[in-house]
Amino acid sequence: MSSDTYNYFDGNAAAGELSRIFTMDVTAVEGCCAHCGATRLFADAHLYMQCPGIVARCPACQHVLLRLVSIGQRMFLDVRGLSYFRFDVP
Amino acid sequence: MWRVGTVVALQDETATARTIRFEVPDWPGHVAGQHVDVRLTAADGYSAVRSYSIASAPNVNGSFEITVERLPDGEVSPYLTQDVMAGDRLELRGPIGGWFVWRSDQTGPIQLIAGGSGIVPLMAMIRSRVSAGSTAPFRLLYSVREPKAVWYGNELRTLSGRDPSLDITYAYTRSTPKDWPRPAGRIDAALVANATWPSSLGPTCYICGPTSFVETAAEFLAASGIRRDKIRTERFGPTGDRK
Repeated sequence: MSSDTYNYFDGNAAAGELSRIFTMDVTAVEGCCAHCGATRLFADAHLYMQCPGIVARCPACQHVLLRLVSIGQRMFLDVRGLSYFRFDVP
Repeated sequence: MWRVGTVVALQDETATARTIRFEVPDWPGHVAGQHVDVRLTAADGYSAVRSYSIASAPNVNGSFEITVERLPDGEVSPYLTQDVMAGDRLELRGPIGGWFVWRSDQTGPIQLIAGGSGIVPLMAMIRSRVSAGSTAPFRLLYSVREPKAVWYGNELRTLSGRDPSLDITYAYTRSTPKDWPRPAGRIDAALVANATWPSSLGPTCYICGPTSFVETAAEFLAASGIRRDKIRTERFGPTGDRK
């Protein structure tokens, strides 16, 4: 098995950057993959950080769920790969 | 939101790992298992952010500890393990994460599995259990390269020695203490079966370490019949570095 096989983190590692956008913690939020329909906690997403920005992939099908890039004072958030996030409102 | 924390204490855990205690005036307090982002900014404006798990138990006095392992090619960890001094001020964001946490009102059996530096958030859970006076039964399976690479070894020995409901199994991957019953090697299904709660007890499981370790341990637990939704993981990536 190549050393690149396990080169991902998990959704927990993106929580700090995403806290700049979302007021609620995202790690315990359920997201639905727009590609395969799997619903998982964002904490379980596979997170790739060896790139400009952050890419979160579905742990079931590896489809891209979310991309986040910061350039100076601008942040770009692409959530095309998610059909929804389910927040449990306190 | 970034806050400024002051380094108030430093303690070496091993030759390459150091615990740093911060005080943050408006720190909101944390739950065991959460992490914090640390941002270092160079004179030219270049900044680097790394995530570190909090090692200390929750408290209300605005302080917490992280333990950092020095990585040979790291941008941040050499500074944090060699250069930082008491009185230094660093930018901190957190506490972060609401999933990989243990709260003291959880009374069910808890299985902790650590790979190397993955012990840190699990140590926070053990310390939280002690400080809250919880009697939740805890088991820890701690995989580590060699005896001298163990973090918090004296404290773990003391705590488990006086509390039979905190059970610790060490698994050494490179070299073992003298006369150790199990030869050095990675965790396997037999070890996990012997050192963890049976699935019939419905333990909640927390696994933290390098990604390959976490995936392997999670597979062993799932194969032993533990439900996937009872297995919580935190993966540190390929090397154990958080970014």
